[in-house]
Amino acid sequence: MPNAAYLLLIPLLPLAGFALLGLFGRRYFRKTSGVLGTSLVLVSTALSLWVAYWYFFIGGFAGGAYRTIPVLQLPWLRFSSELSVNMNIALDPLTVMMIVIVSFVSLMVHTFSLGYMKGEERYSTYFAFLGLFTFSMLGLVMASNLFEIYIFWELVGCSSYLLIGYYYDRPSAVAAAKKAFIVTRFADLGFLVGILILSFTARTLDIDPLISHIIHQAMFAPQAMASFLGISAVSWGLFLVFIGGAGKSALFPLHIWLPDAMEGPTPVSALIHAATMVVAGVYLVAKLYILYALIDPLIQNIILWAGAISALLPAIIACTQSDIKRVLAYSTLSQIGYMMFALGTFHTGNGGTMGYSASLFHLFTHAFFKALLFLCAGVIIHQVHSNELKDMGGLRKLLPLAHACFLIACLAIAGIPPFAGFFSKEAILLAAWNSNKFVYGIGLFTSGLTAFYMFRLYFSIFWNRPATGHRHKQPFVESLPLVILALGSAFAGFVPFTRFITADGFPAASEGIGLSAIAPVSIALLGIGIAARLYYKQSPRPQRAAAAFKGFYQFAYHKFYIDEVYTFITKKIIFNSIGRPAAWIDRNIVDGLMNLLATITARIAAGIKGIQSGKVQDYTLYFFAGIVGLAVLFIYIYT
Amino acid sequence: MNQVPLTHILIVSTALFFIGMYGLFTRRNMITMLMSIELILNSVNINFIAFNRYLYPQRLEGVFFTLFVIAIAAAEAAVAIAIIINLYRNFHSIDVEAADEMKF
Amino acid sequence: MSASAVVFYVLSAMILVSALLAVTSGKIFRSAIWLLFSLTGIAGLYFWLQMEFVAAVQIVVYVGGIVVLIIFSIFLTQQSGKDLPAPKRTRTMFSILAAIAGFILTAALLRSYAFPPPEQSAPTATIDNIGAQLLSTKEHGYVLPFEVISILLLAAMIGCIVIAMKTKPETK
Repeated sequence: MPNAAYLLLIPLLPLAGFALLGLFGRRYFRKTSGVLGTSLVLVSTALSLWVAYWYFFIGGFAGGAYRTIPVLQLPWLRFSSELSVNMNIALDPLTVMMIVIVSFVSLMVHTFSLGYMKGEERYSTYFAFLGLFTFSMLGLVMASNLFEIYIFWELVGCSSYLLIGYYYDRPSAVAAAKKAFIVTRFADLGFLVGILILSFTARTLDIDPLISHIIHQAMFAPQAMASFLGISAVSWGLFLVFIGGAGKSALFPLHIWLPDAMEGPTPVSALIHAATMVVAGVYLVAKLYILYALIDPLIQNIILWAGAISALLPAIIACTQSDIKRVLAYSTLSQIGYMMFALGTFHTGNGGTMGYSASLFHLFTHAFFKALLFLCAGVIIHQVHSNELKDMGGLRKLLPLAHACFLIACLAIAGIPPFAGFFSKEAILLAAWNSNKFVYGIGLFTSGLTAFYMFRLYFSIFWNRPATGHRHKQPFVESLPLVILALGSAFAGFVPFTRFITADGFPAASEGIGLSAIAPVSIALLGIGIAARLYYKQSPRPQRAAAAFKGFYQFAYHKFYIDEVYTFITKKIIFNSIGRPAAWIDRNIVDGLMNLLATITARIAAGIKGIQSGKVQDYTLYFFAGIVGLAVLFIYIYT
Repeated sequence: MNQVPLTHILIVSTALFFIGMYGLFTRRNMITMLMSIELILNSVNINFIAFNRYLYPQRLEGVFFTLFVIAIAAAEAAVAIAIIINLYRNFHSIDVEAADEMKF
Repeated sequence: MSASAVVFYVLSAMILVSALLAVTSGKIFRSAIWLLFSLTGIAGLYFWLQMEFVAAVQIVVYVGGIVVLIIFSIFLTQQSGKDLPAPKRTRTMFSILAAIAGFILTAALLRSYAFPPPEQSAPTATIDNIGAQLLSTKEHGYVLPFEVISILLLAAMIGCIVIAMKTKPETK
């Protein structure tokens, strides 16, 4: 049984790295900060793997199911005897899986950055920030108190801000960091209000007691719950918490920050915006899955449709973009949409919680191939010194390893067997088929689009036209993570996921792959074929295809003008109707009051300064007046 | 002197005192201010002598007070004239409003 | 109304009228002369009160010394012929108000106080008594104030000389 000390080491080692490198890195660890950070995360990863091995194979299985094991209970802020913010750590299947994913991908990114960020001026600061992020994310997934999750949630947002704005001398990077922070902060407002509502209803902030209390109340005393606008308070709370998760996971329409966040260094995009931070929203909904599934079908539908739209629209946009990192960002948005709508596919009946396992399985495999895609993109960008597709082409001879890894990752994401993505996408589509056929259709169409735009990317980069330039020497530390992640993308699908992670802890048999697999695979192959036809060689076919869609193509190319709508709302409405009057009040009324007080004082002073005239006779007059006054006072009034 | 009550003499000296005070407040000339001060001192002298004569005719305190006041008034008038001459040398005027430099 | 009462009222009138003219006169030399008349009237009042020694001292010191000193200073500051500037209206008003207020206050106080009736014994303010008591060291003797006054007069003399001295210009 791993005691609390070992578990605490997992997040605290990267935190120590952050502290050391942040305080002393510039001076003492100039060259060695990378190795220091990476070795700390290596120990963390080893510990996580050991904990996972212990939990899933030795100690976690009790009474036929994987139980939640509380490891650490540290009361921190006690509001009342039941309601307190505790720093708790508990192990359950979801947490253990997330610890492994986060530390492993962080290790890969650390290793890659050893080579990628070599020669940077602020090398140690970069690794310090990476350590901070790893600590925050690990703390988030290990937390078992709702408010503790919120604390780490904000920390994750802060580290993301620091990392996106890493190149702070670029105004676009600074603007992107601000945008990310502000959008997620705005969503976190909903999260906080949701926490308050839920904790008020359940009278506790610890997650397991909260869930059981609310379920108990919903089942046995539904009329006792408060309601607002016809929807119960608990539903509002869950909806607001979901909004918080939607902001962090960049669901439509709060997705605007993720494409801009690509201004950060590419390994950062691999870590944060592919594998870990953006799945925090999915993690949150999964943590409270029982509530989302059972309390209110309305909330469940909201999750389902929000996820479905978030899967479809970014996929359409991705078909038109020409910046490699932007395409990958929209691909991430689309895949998170898949994960989210899978969580919304609950239905009573046999196998109704398959969506939970499917979503988390996809999270697991997505971490591998998305991180791999971003790291390969980093290698490609280093080769051609540009992000644009038009500068790339025919790189298969110059970058053989990146070529192989990128191909594996594209096959995985397109859902071609036997790569990892096939199994997880299959599970999701199956869960959707059993729940809502329309959403299944959207998922199917989107997987076709996914295959199309990913292979559009693949062919434009590695084929299309003859290459120019010479081959850069790729350091070993960059190649190693690519190989490991490629192996993961290839074989992670064979993990019997539902044996370990299900909604209620009881292992379930995985659904067999049968005839239901034909439709997605054929659509994916169709997408690949169309992409090959258009992009395999240089030809005017892409332009003709774009011209055929004309208006819709322009609409998608400009990302459906969502950013413009946001700018309009903030500039014209919020700034003009709230900002300007507030500034006016501050300048004229508040400052004016102060100025008024000062002016009155000055006027009074100018008025009475004439008493000190310098003339002796005036002084004698005042003197005598005082004497007469005192005489009258003492003789007539005080007798 | 039997027919004149004490209060009448006191009223005379009071009136003299306040006439001197009026002159002190009003006159712009330093020397006339000095004159007003002499009037005030004299009114005090009248008071002393009157009290001595009417209330304690066997005693001499009032007389001595008056003598000393006269002596001191003389000394003070001398010093005041010296100061006035000094001020006249600096400001070239015996207008008391010319020496108003200690103001706001 | 006996003759001495009439004399008293005439003397008082002279004193007060001269004082009033002294403080309101436009020309400074006339003001000094009105002061002289007022002081002489006061000396007359002392004579009427049978305090001859004090009256004599008043004439010798006040009239003969101080008023002469004032006239000298008028000449020294070359102001004898010029007209004095009149004071401001507001100042005059306030001063009259103050003087009248003070006078009414004091007069009311005097009226309300009941003085005992005057005794009729003969006064002892003769020159021998004054002289003897001035230099006596026994009880009710005034030798100490006498000596202090002489030091005061010495200090005043030295002070006047120092203040009014013309400082020699610095030799370059």
